[in-house]
Amino acid sequence: MSAADLAYNFAYIDEQTKRMIRRAILKAIAIPGYQVPFASREMPMPYGWGTGGIQVTAAILGPQDVLKVIDQGADDTTNAVSIRKFFAKTAGVRTTTHTNEATIIQTRHRVPEQPLQDGQILVYQVPIPEPLRWLEPRETETRRMHALAEYGVMHVKLYEDIARHGHIATSYAYPVQVENRYVMDPSPTPKFDNPKMNDCAALQLFGAGREKRIYAVPPHTKVTSLDFDDHPFEPTRFDAPCALCGSRAGFLDEIITDDRGSRMFVCSDTDFCDTNRRAARA
Amino acid sequence: MIDLAQERPLLVAEHLSKAYGTRRACRDVSLDIHEGEVLAIVGESGSGKTTLLQLLAGRLMPDAGHIFYEMRDGSRRDLHALSEAERRFLARTDWGYVHQDPAMGLRMGVSAGANIGERLMAVGARHYGRIRATAGDWLQRVEIEAARIEDLPSTYSGGMRQRLQIARNLVTKPRLIFMDEPTGGLDVSVQARLLDLLRGLVAELGLAVIIVTHDLAVARLLSHRMIVMRDGVVVETGLTDQVLDDPQDAYTQLLVASILPA
Repeated sequence: MSAADLAYNFAYIDEQTKRMIRRAILKAIAIPGYQVPFASREMPMPYGWGTGGIQVTAAILGPQDVLKVIDQGADDTTNAVSIRKFFAKTAGVRTTTHTNEATIIQTRHRVPEQPLQDGQILVYQVPIPEPLRWLEPRETETRRMHALAEYGVMHVKLYEDIARHGHIATSYAYPVQVENRYVMDPSPTPKFDNPKMNDCAALQLFGAGREKRIYAVPPHTKVTSLDFDDHPFEPTRFDAPCALCGSRAGFLDEIITDDRGSRMFVCSDTDFCDTNRRAARA
Repeated sequence: MIDLAQERPLLVAEHLSKAYGTRRACRDVSLDIHEGEVLAIVGESGSGKTTLLQLLAGRLMPDAGHIFYEMRDGSRRDLHALSEAERRFLARTDWGYVHQDPAMGLRMGVSAGANIGERLMAVGARHYGRIRATAGDWLQRVEIEAARIEDLPSTYSGGMRQRLQIARNLVTKPRLIFMDEPTGGLDVSVQARLLDLLRGLVAELGLAVIIVTHDLAVARLLSHRMIVMRDGVVVETGLTDQVLDDPQDAYTQLLVASILPA
């Protein structure tokens, strides 16, 4: 691994900014699920490409860390490759694609299939951190609703889903409540991943760059998906196994294979799929 | 008939004043309202009716004066001494607020059923089937076909929206409803039907209502007592029939005289 490019401070961001971000992270960990405002910086990438996640990662990254970056579960997509290269260049840290080797995993919209361990940190890139935004456009009002724990409108949203579709049709960014207090947007992860956030051994940090918010779920914290008594939360299920590794445990992506309607379903978590296939060959 | 001497009033306002800059919208207004009573606040536009209603409903802070409310547990509380959480809880359980424009009081982007169910969900109802059944009941009570429960309020007519707004407020069985010109902007036959419905619900549920209107006919039809306002001051108060049949104040006489003969 090449030494860090000395034209930049370690991990690109200056130390004072990192301190500011770390303070926000500490506050977020102290109040699980609460959105802490922070002075988000301009990053050398457009909003929506993970400017929040990258700032959180930069603030917590040390020279000994091993970084994994995934985009929709995959290590080899544009967003993941460019962020991984960014930190390899500006911090000189070791990078990996293996979930179990990484100390920090920055993710766009997936939680790895392999259970996370004590000491690992999962950093989410978040586009819209406010779960109440759909029903209440005023920021002043949503903050007051969080402060007073007035979360009835979240169920209005789920009610409307059932009224229109016969079941809760929200399949990603499915709202959760953290330790029976703050309602939180789990970022647009599929609801398939919601159960993994509950009682997770790893620290989960969420960064929203454009919206300037950081929030967190400390290790082993209760994360409950909102639902109705007669329409309980159900994670997405798949009819078929992964077409490559044959696993039934993972979240599947649909891949279009030609222009005549052929398609296949494969694991979205590439490391998980590779590991399964290697184990099958051995 | 309600025996006013028997019980303590539900809400008592003492010496309320509110100014917008140097313009005094409401000056030294005192009133009370008992359970099951309908009180009309009348006056021409700009007389301070709506300001008074918003003060009473806790939506505006008065510059001076106090409002006391008899809570469900029987304790008497100063509204402005309540915490914000308590006040908001009161406003969405024990109170209702019917806006002149239904779009202000409804969520136009979600179905009628969700509109009615919102208050139930806000106080912890978590059973979809029961919430929907209650919403269906209420739709029928306000004379809307149950088949329209999944429709958006934007597909409703003006009169239906207003009735939906009333149902949405009544679902938590409140004791006090504030209404700001509920019949404004509706045509005469729709108005008549709405007033009829309101009168029935008020009697059936024993609601206390404070209704702001510039329409004396509405006041005569619905209210037991009325307050006449002009330039932020109460110029006359009394039983509705008394005030309308034998107005004492010169301004009230003018108001009554300006009703077009039917």
